[in-house]
Amino acid sequence: MNVTVLDRSPDRQAQSHMGFIDCDVHPYVKGPNDFDPFLSKRWLEHKQTIGGRSRQGLSKTSMYPRMSPGNGMRMDAWPGTGGHPGSDLPKMQAQLLDLFDVAYGLLAPLVGGGPGERNVEFGSAMATAVNEWQLAHWCDPDPRLLGAIQVNIEHTEAAIAEIEKRAGDRRFAQVNIPPRGLEPLGRRRYWPILQACAANGFPVSLHLGGTSGHASTGGGWPSFYHEEHPSYVQTMQTLVTSLVCEGVFEQIPNLKIVLVEGGFAWLPSLCWRLDKHWKRLKAEVPHLRRSPSEYVHEHIWVTTQPIEEPERPQDMLSTLEWIGADKVMFSTDYPHWDQDDPRYAFKIPLPDDWKRKIYRDNAKALYRL
Amino acid sequence: MVNFPAGRPPPGAIDCDIHPAVPSTRALLPYLDDYWREHILRRGLEQENLEASSYPANAAINGRPDWRLPSGPPGSSLAAMQTHLLDRLRPSYAICNVIHGAQVMLSEDLSAALCRAINNWIRAEWLDRDPRLRASIVVPPHSAELAVEEIERLAPDRRFVQVLLLSMAELPLGRRQNWPIYRAAAAHGLPIGIHAGSSFRHPPSAGGWPSYYLEDYVSQSQGFQASVNSLVSEGVFVKFPDLKVVLIESGVTWLPASLWRLDKTWRGVRAEVPWLEEQPTETVRRHVRLTLQPFDAPPTEPQLKKLLEQLGSDRMLLFSSDYPHWHYDGDDALPSGLPAELMQKICVENPLETYSRLAPADIKETPR
Repeated sequence: MNVTVLDRSPDRQAQSHMGFIDCDVHPYVKGPNDFDPFLSKRWLEHKQTIGGRSRQGLSKTSMYPRMSPGNGMRMDAWPGTGGHPGSDLPKMQAQLLDLFDVAYGLLAPLVGGGPGERNVEFGSAMATAVNEWQLAHWCDPDPRLLGAIQVNIEHTEAAIAEIEKRAGDRRFAQVNIPPRGLEPLGRRRYWPILQACAANGFPVSLHLGGTSGHASTGGGWPSFYHEEHPSYVQTMQTLVTSLVCEGVFEQIPNLKIVLVEGGFAWLPSLCWRLDKHWKRLKAEVPHLRRSPSEYVHEHIWVTTQPIEEPERPQDMLSTLEWIGADKVMFSTDYPHWDQDDPRYAFKIPLPDDWKRKIYRDNAKALYRL
Repeated sequence: MVNFPAGRPPPGAIDCDIHPAVPSTRALLPYLDDYWREHILRRGLEQENLEASSYPANAAINGRPDWRLPSGPPGSSLAAMQTHLLDRLRPSYAICNVIHGAQVMLSEDLSAALCRAINNWIRAEWLDRDPRLRASIVVPPHSAELAVEEIERLAPDRRFVQVLLLSMAELPLGRRQNWPIYRAAAAHGLPIGIHAGSSFRHPPSAGGWPSYYLEDYVSQSQGFQASVNSLVSEGVFVKFPDLKVVLIESGVTWLPASLWRLDKTWRGVRAEVPWLEEQPTETVRRHVRLTLQPFDAPPTEPQLKKLLEQLGSDRMLLFSSDYPHWHYDGDDALPSGLPAELMQKICVENPLETYSRLAPADIKETPR
């Protein structure tokens, strides 16, 4: 349970995890005005008078309140200095980067509200501000941390401009797009943005979260966070289905997609299902020249957290084998309540070569680190 | 362990999902009461076929080429179904699940009227004419009150063996507004059959409306993941410990990974749902069953074997042909690679255990 604070100090000093690469680290703000220095006068005034407007009933609180304070934070991650977990670099270094000898931490900023903002101009301005804030507060002070470019995909021109502006800046590793959009990500209206990501050498990370305004499930709004948390998996399944079926990977052959915080054990059966029904309904999607699973294997990477815990631990090995150990990348999700610890996440020993790939080499190759 | 050859089910098999189709709204007119007959005629609705968009009849997957009819939607002729299926596979029983626009109408009253007509029609034109047939009670899913009325009306006829819902409706299926349906079903020994399909009150997922029918079809399994999660989380099986739920046309292989995730989430946040005193996997194994077709099998038999082990129960799968949908050719209604013992369970024992209204004494082995 998240209310129990475990002793997370290493069992021996400088325990090496081969300089692992953490593919999901969350930086937070110390206070509500942290982005202000990066906003123009126009949008600062807007923020101070109207502020963010998302597609849900509560303006600042999640519709699915988490089970620990700070919207689901690890209890021992609150900095002694005040402020939100994940907002204090020294604390993050002590609890994550230094403790586990992290070579690189890929930031996933779930802050600012830009990607889900209904006023897309304000959303784009907030996204830009968050990008500047990542550099100033995180990437420059600790070069192990690599930023993710935030965009509002409902403002195509601004999103592309932001991606092009960051092209060549190695402090950014990827472009982050919320998986719950107004429309499935494979739809044509988003192709120019995906094209810009690929053309500028950025993988696209799809990190769980965000509010599209559509119900969390095809059957409506669930009651509990207990349901919302697993429903993220279904969102990921929709994304994979959409990107494949729309032919995005035919259109943009060098597009690389990373699914973050969705787990991964669901991917093999989704591929079997896609392949099976594609065979029967092929005529509807003549733009697909290969089976769905081939596109998935070539273009999609998954991060591990929240790692599935099979009833029989050895089933983790077959799952990894079916996905391909070259497509799986370790992530902690620091400082969230359901964070995975690199020492204990896998309940069964992995073969050494898989371990190297999953903890380091796959991310190193994908992000050209 | 002997592997049963792919193909025909063993003697006494019970086909847990076949689809008689309402040939036209006109065909329902004799089964409506005077008010609704006049109502439908005045609005010209008898000229509409009210096909549910989850199952467009012309899509290849929804009608096997050699099972299509000279006229009318696939599955709309009893004589054809007997020739295509019942006289060939010789199931001891086959359970009729009608999928129709009646289940998605926005007007609760119209929905209920059409459901009543469909149930009357299936009883008169199918159940009365072939003793091998059983049926699910079609109910207006968005009105628990009217759904319960329909269950109560038909429960005395023991040829109705189940109550039918679609996996994606207005509200997640576990929501308390739906509980009167489960109470009535449990009281009459009727499982709840949850069939693939959506009333499309919401896009198929939080990601919005996809472009292709292929996406909709694949996404059905996500609707089932959410439905199972909702039924478990809301405590439906705690409240109705005798209730059985059958996932129909859900696919199967998504289940183990989905349960791993549900169990993990439950371990983390069970304080939110304190009525759940066991891991969701245990609850699901006890209460949830799945029909076999369309079977989303992995490409190799060792993978299939592993998947079956991961289900952790040999009592969950039920044989179905999914007639007239096109998932296999010839009489090969069963996927290859299933062990013989499991095959017997899937085809005979599990359906009998699930559907208490199919008394084993009534089952006669049909000569092959």
